[in-house]
Formats: sequence, structure tokens, C-alpha cells
Amino acid sequence: MLKMPKEYQTIKEIVGPLMVIDEVEDVKYEELVEIELQTGEKRRGRVLEVDRNRALVQLFEGSGGMNLQRTRVRFLGRPLELGVSTDMIGRIFDGLGKPIDGGPKIIPEKMLDINGIPINPVSRDYPDEFIQTGISTIDGLNTLVRGQKLPIFSAAGLPHNEVAAQIARQATVPGSDEKFAVVFAAMGITFEEARFFIDNLVETGAIDRSVLFINLADDPVIERIATPRIALTCAEYLAFEQDKHVLVILTDMTNYAEALRETSAARKEIPGRRGYPGYLYTDLSTIYERAGRIKGREGSITQIPILTMPEDDITHPIPDLTGYITEGQIILSRDLFKRGIEPPINVVPSLSRLKDRGIGEGKTREDHADTMNQLYAAYTSGIQARELAVILGETALSDVDKAFAQFAETFDKKYINQGYKNNRSIIETLDLGWELLQLIPRQELKRIRFEFLEKYLAEDKKDKKDKKGVK
Amino acid sequence: MKAGRVVKVSGPLVEAEGMEHANIYDVVHISRHNLIGEIIEMRGDVASIQVYEETTGIGPGDPVVTTGEPLSVELGPGLLEMMFDGIQRPLDAVRLVTGDFLERGANVAKLDREKKWYFTPAVSVGDEVSEGDVIGTVQETPVIIHKILVPHGISGTVTDIKEGEFTVTDDICILDHKIPLQMMQKWPVRKSRGYKRKLDPTEPLLTGQRVIDTFFPVTKGGTAAIPGPFGSGKTIIQHQLAKWADAEIVVYVGCGERGNEMTSVLKEFPELKDPHTGETLMKRTVLIANTSNMPVAAREASIYTGITIAEYYRDMGYSVAIMADSTSRWAEALREMSGRLEEMPGDEGFPAYLSSRIAGFYERAGKVVCNGKDDRIGAITVIGAVSPPGGDISEPVTQATLRIVKVFWGLDYALSYARHFPAINWLNSYSLYQAKVDEWMNKYVDPDFSKNRQFAMNLLQDEAKLQEIVRLVGRDTLSEEDQLKLEAAKSIREDFLQQNAFHETDTFNSYEKQNKILKLVIEFYRQGKKALESGVYLKEIETLPVREKISRAKFIPENQMEQIDEIHRELIDSFRRLTEMAGVENA
Repeated sequence: MLKMPKEYQTIKEIVGPLMVIDEVEDVKYEELVEIELQTGEKRRGRVLEVDRNRALVQLFEGSGGMNLQRTRVRFLGRPLELGVSTDMIGRIFDGLGKPIDGGPKIIPEKMLDINGIPINPVSRDYPDEFIQTGISTIDGLNTLVRGQKLPIFSAAGLPHNEVAAQIARQATVPGSDEKFAVVFAAMGITFEEARFFIDNLVETGAIDRSVLFINLADDPVIERIATPRIALTCAEYLAFEQDKHVLVILTDMTNYAEALRETSAARKEIPGRRGYPGYLYTDLSTIYERAGRIKGREGSITQIPILTMPEDDITHPIPDLTGYITEGQIILSRDLFKRGIEPPINVVPSLSRLKDRGIGEGKTREDHADTMNQLYAAYTSGIQARELAVILGETALSDVDKAFAQFAETFDKKYINQGYKNNRSIIETLDLGWELLQLIPRQELKRIRFEFLEKYLAEDKKDKKDKKGVK
Repeated sequence: MKAGRVVKVSGPLVEAEGMEHANIYDVVHISRHNLIGEIIEMRGDVASIQVYEETTGIGPGDPVVTTGEPLSVELGPGLLEMMFDGIQRPLDAVRLVTGDFLERGANVAKLDREKKWYFTPAVSVGDEVSEGDVIGTVQETPVIIHKILVPHGISGTVTDIKEGEFTVTDDICILDHKIPLQMMQKWPVRKSRGYKRKLDPTEPLLTGQRVIDTFFPVTKGGTAAIPGPFGSGKTIIQHQLAKWADAEIVVYVGCGERGNEMTSVLKEFPELKDPHTGETLMKRTVLIANTSNMPVAAREASIYTGITIAEYYRDMGYSVAIMADSTSRWAEALREMSGRLEEMPGDEGFPAYLSSRIAGFYERAGKVVCNGKDDRIGAITVIGAVSPPGGDISEPVTQATLRIVKVFWGLDYALSYARHFPAINWLNSYSLYQAKVDEWMNKYVDPDFSKNRQFAMNLLQDEAKLQEIVRLVGRDTLSEEDQLKLEAAKSIREDFLQQNAFHETDTFNSYEKQNKILKLVIEFYRQGKKALESGVYLKEIETLPVREKISRAKFIPENQMEQIDEIHRELIDSFRRLTEMAGVENA
């Protein structure tokens, strides 16, 4: 039997997003709190700490207008939960899971704790199914697989939304016509950015298989701490109980981390780097680790978190700790963006840790791994040669270096710069790779197995093996 | 036992009053969920407890009962091939109880109580035995004979000894008619297991990784650290070492890292063959998994659980390697608990005792003479990954680690961006075992080994200096000899140092193969230099077709190594022809 929640009017202090309530009894850690203002308005919070008969509560929706004497507080005996149902698909919710699209209330099939429960590592199934995003720099070089968490590291003024939207629009698993369900969580982004995503989903009809949770820049800040967890709870339900393949887009994780810092500062905790709490790593991991596959279950959760690096600085704690948890990162470059290259993905520092299991014969093509390594090596050599040419002039380059410099130039223009509307198949991407490798002398193609050189390199190149490079 | 009561909950830290009968470091059970925690501080009758499970729903008034025992592991047959959580709960048994998700309070036995093992006695009635003596053996896996040892502090005369199938808790031996011994024993994780004396570690640990074995070797019983920013390949190096190192037992601790990484180990190891035994890798491996989203306090314990299991196998006389990925997450767990205890912070919020804890952990490595009559020799090699924020190694965890470990493999962003893997920077990495290992290598691999190694390293160092000049004034200004040096150094980097972990042949190289390839790339420089002196043009040397073969030597399988000798001969021939032709032209 449920106990009747006792009501308290013993609020001791309200400071920032925190409230201290005295003389409480039987309060549990992480318990959901309902706060009723003197005006009758109801808000929610959760217990952050309970010390004897004093509870520290975090307010999700701000403290504006609360009166210490007249506001009433109830402890609900359960953590913050989300009522989930397949009817959520195609709907739009606020950051705490209330519908805001004017549609009917959701009748939950189940109530789930938004904090989720860690997946037993023994139960995890290793992600190895190739996802074709239609973007060469991802498919060819930083391959995404089902169940991976691959963030986009962006910065102010870069087109991360276009890239994320392109992935959401184009992502498929070759050989299966099943589409991804999209769960979209917006944390502190602007109305325009949210609108861009919604319009994109509407345009392609993807809205009918999407669930959106929107916390805009002027919505309550602390609510953002709950938003990704709410979205992932919904995603877990769809993936692991309804057998759907779910693509989760979380934007912008920087706003999330700032909300966390605000709470931490209000609690006067000892700060870690740049004022972020020492437990930022652990906290982020409880979000990112909720991606994956489970043995014996059909569905999967693939996560694309987006974050904007303050001052384009990858060593800033938010991208840094994210990179330590996620399985790689896609990095956007201001330099490429300014040169008009779309999408401006900087492949050199980008990485997908799970690519090796998702590529090769039977998945993409046998030559994928070798050409990938070779394209990378050639591109970095090309960039170095290009830098050298800037300082010393092109004449100072050796023939081989000239070939590499030319390769890098063509790579930028053809391979990376494909445009936001261009959906390339993996075979097109791989063939394009070989086309570009023609620019390099054969003896420099050290990363590619002999048999693949024979098979995939254009005819005229094979005979010249004893001659040296291009003119 | 009298129960205390919870008075405060703050994340993984719980305070309970009425605990005056409990001891520091006792394991306690909290609330009806039966959560496991450990007492870390006492003030009067109030105990501060770090809880190894989620504390959601715990509140004042919940009962706390002490077990009166410190956090311990159960040691005996059945450790190998298992994956445990940070406090040694077997995760597949937990899965049977709680399903695919890790619910709290799963109460499962650490070692399987049902499974029967065939015990073969090694002593007979009337034998005198004492601490560390082997009373019998169990074939735990096809490659590992598990020795059952007389536990700490026990000695006597054998009055009964059995043979046959027993569970780990059955009595298999009786001393002095009154002391029964079982195959299982317990040991508190925070205390190191004893030994007779430590030895100087001189024998290298073969890892099959060229840059490590040749340039920065670690010894059996040594310590090494791998600091590096994310994406620089720490985990892949740790996995490579766990796969190919010639340790007899491998303990892999995934401490606060990705869930999928542990899954990948669990998927790959039962499929991969150990080159040293021919059996699968899993047959000699113990896995400890505390992924980043699992409770933070158990992360702190996982490192100790791992090293205690390693010590147990060392005591049997095995050479054990333990990989901890990543010690930074463990240090962060310490920091989080310290912060909640409101301790005065040291550097970057880490507790003042950070470096002594790190030192204490690494000092449990070493080559030792084990307890017991037969003077067995066992060794533990500890290899710790460090994840410095932003890749900046001046931070406290890396610095405290470097003060204690003897080998430093510094990973580098620039190398990983160029897809040069393993991204170990040869200019700043070091191994303090070098001198000792050189002696061993010269004796067992090649008398010229240390000379060649030093020669190659000098070329790499010269290259770094020459590159600076090239960046300023261009390559053409260098003498032909220096340009040849650059070519040779490039060959060392690309044809020797780079190693593809995902290539079936390249992933592991024996000492013999490493030595042959090293000699090959050096020979190119030596011959090239001679040829230059006798009037051959640099261009001709650079474009020799045999160079493509040199670059592919690493992909030659171990059983066809004569092909490398053939390339070596072809190299010498090519240069002879070049020199002859130059001689004709000059004449």
C-alpha cells in the first residue's frame, strides 16, 4: 500500500536551484519532491542529500515566486519516473516529459526510473553492424555502427546541426529497409535550432518515427539535468522492449554540463577543473553509457551527442571527459568551414573506435580497412607537405611530397566536400578513395595489402610499379 | 548482531550511527536492499560508509549491519575465465539473478560453490606443512594447474588428505586432527599477500609489440605506465598486452571505462589463440569490470580486487601480468569520496594521500620468492593506463605514477592523428629496465641486439633534429648523407615502429622477427651510406624496388621468416649492383 505523502511547510532556505527543508521524516535519497507554491502552481525537485531530519532538494524548474512560509513540500516516495508508451512516437515533450504539442496525454504502459540501470557488461552485445550515413568522411574513415556512441565536437558558429540532421535523415543499415526511430533531446538550445531539426524531420517524414524532448534556452536550467535521462529512458524502452533501432541525438551537452556546474557551485562543492564538479566524468558516463546492444534483444541505441567546445578548445573538460567515455568523436573544423567545405569534418582528429568490427568483407568491402589507413596516412602527409610549401615555396618539395600535397587538396574538394544533400553509398565512398589514391606513387601505398592493390588500383598504375611516382 | 541506523545519505557516502561495535574497513550491509558498503571513517559511534551500489531510495532510519570482516576476495579454483565486478561478484551469475541490467543488492557467491574440481594431493599423511606449502593441485583450465596453498598463519602435520572431486568449500585436508583446510581461502584486498623476499626483475616480458620489446621493455615483475589523451590508443595497447604478453596469468581490470570494451575482451579472448600455449587466451585470464556508469565506490575497490587475485597466482609460482585501465578513474573515485568526506583537498581536488595510495598499489608488483618450502618464484607485472585531462601529463595522477613506475610509454596526439600506432612517442618514453634487458637480449636473441637498438634510436634522434632544419630551410639544403638519414629514420618509423593491431600477422612479433626486421631497416642505412660514398646518387637509393619489400617484411608470418633473410640478401645485392654501376660510370 502506498503511504500518503506527508506535507511539510518547513522550508529553511532557498539558494539558487537548491532548497533546504527541515524536520522531515523518512525521506530517501533521490526521492521525487513535489512543491506546491502558495499560488497553487506545482513544481518538481529531487533529493540530493538527506542528513538526519534535513533534506537538500534540487529544484528542476527554478525557485521564482516561492515563499518560505507558505510553499508546501511533499516527498513522493519514488524517484523521478517517466511514463513510457509507444504512443510517444511522433510527439513533442518538454524537458521533463510533459507533452507540449497540444496532443493528448500519454497513457503510460510502464513507469521507469529516469536514471536507468547500468547494463551488465556480460549482457552487452558488441556493436558490429555498419550504419551507412551517406557521408564519406564518416562511412569511409570513421565508420559508425549500431549501438555506438559517437559525439560531434563542434564550436560556436559551426554547422553541427546540419551534420546531425543529415545523419538522422540518411542513416540506414544496408540490406535492411528498417528505419531508425529518432529520439531527440534538446538542452538549452535556441528556438531556431530546435525548429531546424523539427522542420528537417517533418520534411523527410521522419517525424512519424521520432520522439522529441525540448528544453529551450529560456526554459528552466536545472531541468536540463533531467532531459537527457528522460530521453534515454524513452529510447531504452523503445529499443530493448519494443525492438526498435533508436538513434538518440543529444544537443547541446555543453549546456547540460553547465547546469550541473550551477548545482555544484550552489552546493559549495570543491570544484574540479574550470569549476566543473569532480564527478563530471562519472555523471556524463551515466548518460553516454546508456547506448549499446543487448544479447538476445532486437533493438539498439546509437547515440550522437553534440557539444560545442568553448573557445574551440578540445582540452576543455566537457569535450575531454566526453572523449574518454564515448567511442570516438567527429570533429568539425572552422578552417574547413571557412573554405566552404560541406560538411566541414576534420578527419585527422576524428575517430570511431568501433569501426574495425563494422567494416570489411560481408559488411562493407574487403579493402575498407587498408584503404582507410592509407587515406589517413596520405592525407596527414599531404597536410604536412602543404604546410612546408607555405613556408618554403612549392619548389622546395620533393616529387613525392608534391604528390601528397596534391592529394590532400583533391581530398578536401572531392572526398570531404560532398554537400549536405548528397547521400553516397559505401561503395561510392570506397571507389572514390581508390580514385584519389591514384595520385600517389605506388611504393608509398604501404598500408594496403598487395592483393588489393592488384585488384582495385587502376590498370595503368600496376605496370609502373618500378617507376617512380607522378610527374 | 546489533544494527546501526542510517542518518545521512549523500551519493555513495552514507553515515550511520550506533556503529560503535564495528571496525574501520568492515564490510556492512545497508537497508532491506542489502547494499554492500565499507566503513572508511569512524567518529564516536558514527561510521562513514562508502557504498558499492546505487543509494537511491536509502534514507535515515534504514538499518546497517556490520559483517565484522574487511573487504575480502575469495581465492580458489574458478577464478580464471570469469568476469567479476569491482567487489568480485561474478557478472554472469549476477545476470542469472537480476537479468541484463545490474539491479542492486544481488547476493551471489564470489566463487562457485556447486562446481566440483578434481583435487590431486601433493602431500601425504605425516608431512609437516606450513604457510605457502602446496598441499595439492587442481587442473583449473587446460593450461593452468591451480596449486592449493596452506593459508596464511597455519601450520601443522597432515593427519588426513583426500583425493577426488570436491567443491571449493569441502574439507580436503586436515592438519593436527583439528584444522580442516579447503580449496578456497579468503584474503582482505587492501593488504598485500606476503612472500619470502623480493628479487631484482631482469627477464623481459615479451609483449610482441616491436616498439615496446625493442625500445622500451618492461620486465617480469616490473611496472609500467601508459599516459595519453583520449583517442591515442591506450586501451588498444592494454588489450594487445593482455592478448600477447608471455605472462602465464593475465588479470585485466577495466576500471571506470567503457562497457563495450569489456564486452570486446569477453568476445575476443575466447576466440584468440595464445601463441605461447596454443589454447585460447581466456584460459589464463581473469577480468574485473567496473564500467564508468557502475557505482563509483566499487571502482575504487576494483583495483585492489585485481591485484589481490594477481598476488594469489603469483604465490603459486606463476608470472602474472595485471593491466589496470584506467588508474585515473580510480584516482577520481578517491577524489569523489574525499570530497564527500569534506577532507582538505590537495592538488586539483585530489586527496593528500593520492600519491601514497598510487605508490602502495604499484609496489605490490615484483618478482618474489614465494612462501613455502619449494622456494617457487613468481612475478607480477603491473601496467597502468593513465588518462590525464586534456593529455597534460603535468597533472597529479600522472606525476604521482611516474615517480614510482620504471617504464613510461608516452602516447602522443600527433602520432595518433597521423595514424602511427602504437602512438608511443620514442623521443620521450623510457624504460629503466633497458640495461638489464639488453644483457638478456644479447644473450638469448642476438649478441648485437643492444648495439642495433641504440643505432636505430640514434637515427631517430638525429631525424628529430634534422626535421627542425628541414622545416626552416627545406630538405634540399641537407647533405645527401643527411637526406639518407631521414629516409632511414622514416623506414624505422613506418616499417618497424608502426604495428597494426588488427592485422593477423603484424599483431604479434617474436623477438626473433623483431630482431630480423630491425637489422633489415638498419642495413638499408648502412649500405646506403657506403653506396653514397662510392658515388651512387641518393635518388637511385631512394627508389630501389627492394624498399617496398622491406616495408612489407612485418607482414611475413612467423613460420616463413626465411623470407626476411631473403629480402636482406636482395638488399645487399641491389646495393652491390648500384655501386658497380656507379663505378662503371665514374670510370
